[in-house]
Amino acid sequence: MQENSSQTRELILAFESSCDETSVAVIENGEKILANVIASQINSQKRFGGVVPEVASRHHVEQITLCAEEAMTQAHVTYADLTAVAVTYGPGLVGALLIGVSAAKAIAFAHQLPLIPVNHMAGHVYAARLVKPLTYPLIALLVSGGHTELVYMRTAGQFEIIGDTRDDAAGEAFDKVGRVLGLAYPAGGKIDHLASQGQDSFHFPRAMIKEANYDFSFSGLKSAFINTVHNAQQRGEALSHADLAASFQASVIDVIVTKTLRAVKQYGVQQLIMAGGVAANSGLRDRFRQEIAQRDLELDFVVPPLRLCGDNGAMIGAAAHVLYAQGVRGDAHLNADPSLSFPYLAANTTK
Amino acid sequence: MLVLAIDTSNRALTVALASDQQLLGEITLNIKQTHSEGLMPAITYLFQAAKLKPAAIDRVAVAQGPGSYTGIRIAVTTAKTLAWTLNKELVGVSSLAVIASNVLSTQRLIVPVFDARRQAVFTGAYQWQQGHLVSVLSDRHIKLAAWLPELLATKQPLTFVGQTAVFSDTIRKMCGKQAKIAPEAANLPRGQQLAWLGQQAQPIANVHGFVPTYLRKTEAEATWLKNHPNNEGHEPYVEEI
Ligand SMILES: Nc1ncnc2c1ncn2[C@@H]1O[C@H](COP(=O)(O)OP(=O)(O)OP(=O)(O)O)[C@@H](O)[C@H]1O
Ligand SMILES: [Mg+2]
Repeated sequence: MQENSSQTRELILAFESSCDETSVAVIENGEKILANVIASQINSQKRFGGVVPEVASRHHVEQITLCAEEAMTQAHVTYADLTAVAVTYGPGLVGALLIGVSAAKAIAFAHQLPLIPVNHMAGHVYAARLVKPLTYPLIALLVSGGHTELVYMRTAGQFEIIGDTRDDAAGEAFDKVGRVLGLAYPAGGKIDHLASQGQDSFHFPRAMIKEANYDFSFSGLKSAFINTVHNAQQRGEALSHADLAASFQASVIDVIVTKTLRAVKQYGVQQLIMAGGVAANSGLRDRFRQEIAQRDLELDFVVPPLRLCGDNGAMIGAAAHVLYAQGVRGDAHLNADPSLSFPYLAANTTK
Repeated sequence: MLVLAIDTSNRALTVALASDQQLLGEITLNIKQTHSEGLMPAITYLFQAAKLKPAAIDRVAVAQGPGSYTGIRIAVTTAKTLAWTLNKELVGVSSLAVIASNVLSTQRLIVPVFDARRQAVFTGAYQWQQGHLVSVLSDRHIKLAAWLPELLATKQPLTFVGQTAVFSDTIRKMCGKQAKIAPEAANLPRGQQLAWLGQQAQPIANVHGFVPTYLRKTEAEATWLKNHPNNEGHEPYVEEI
């Protein structure tokens, strides 16, 4: 063991509480997970068919110090070993964010540690850094319960939106059509599974697929889906849930893959990151791999493992490592910012 | 015993550092700002001014509710995290008791009230007994119209304190001479009082399990439990994954 190993080791204690997972992680040098404790409230929120903000906030208070203690124990670190404390301060549910923010500020104050505020979506991108080094410029496709965004990164820690959903997020669309099929919340995984057993026989619209921008829209697809189901119900006709799921998912995948690969080409990037809860979708992963192979693209397609695609503290610690090096610091005033977002790439500054 | 006291239950924010013998400092703000922005700077300044390190405290006393849900969560999360991370004692004090302790009369029933909207209040009744503030009617969430008759039935003289302004007409009308409304100066929570109450209370055995006293279920949960009394296999609500 090297004598000075404890000095060269950068250790970040990272908090995440933006939605319905309370998570605390310890990350070494921005790339190694020493602990990533995740407490999920899914059982509780399932009762309501979606996340009830006040219920989420209450669970976070119950969990926050437990998760932190377990993370410190699993990582075998003490406060003296820590370099900084990081926390998600937005976007997300304000009451939920405030629990992580309050706890992180208290620990930073108690042990006189620097505080690093982290954008949750930057965390989703940097989940990929826990898999392998990132090569800039790159494009990140963020597909989650609340977001569907294409983000261009010229360099580390710099995020610019080049495309966004105009209405529902992809995950939201999965959950809403899932509800119509009587599937429990969150329905994404179940639709994914159903889709693998069906055929794209309904030919739902591919919204905005041809438009010369990188934006998305899923509400039309959702309506088409709901109308199809309701009309069949009125006729007393039973539709195949597998085919419905396959048709819905095919539309989502077609649009996302087409527009993302078009952006990859236009911006000339060599790495594509896909992250967020919907990145778990097996159809979406497979299609990207297929297209990249078929078109013979020199593109490094990185998808973090499932555990790092959903909300977790490890990804916040990985993003914080980059921000820390860039001098980003929060102070005692740090507040939650529920509608925090990346800036849009200015129209004339492509490449 | 050095105590750090924290109360952000309602609009006001108050923090104090106090030893057994004396108050070292108190910051009370009654302005419109989010407690998330105001609390940690106030605590930081207190320690700086007192030239103390965070680890110098023996105990954290927090007003644990009832009150604004977001407000009590900020205070409770900050307090439990500080106590846990510094390995210090934690005590929870009723946010209503903090206000009640501003009224010094030993002869009267002290009735703190927080406006819970829709004609309801968070309230309770307290009394000084041998120098201790004792809860004689437990903290509750209740319609004012149901609460006042209960208080009148005690036949004791009453002093209302806290967010009384919106209710003063109703109180005077229904309680007449039996009730007094405390002067404006008594309506703000004071960190010094909380520190003092916190010195007398028993520390919490399980800091991790410490949560705010909301006194109300969320609407979503109340509706769910009405329709699913057996809860149908949804527990445990939170699981490590
Ligand atoms: N296999 C899957 N296929 C499609 N969608 C999925 C799959 N697995 C999960 N999802 C969806 O992912 C979403 C949850 O993702 P995530 O936890 O990243 O979102 P979030 O954190 O709530 O949103 P955000 O990060 O935008 O604030 C849900 O909508 C869920 O249905
Ligand atoms: Mg997320």
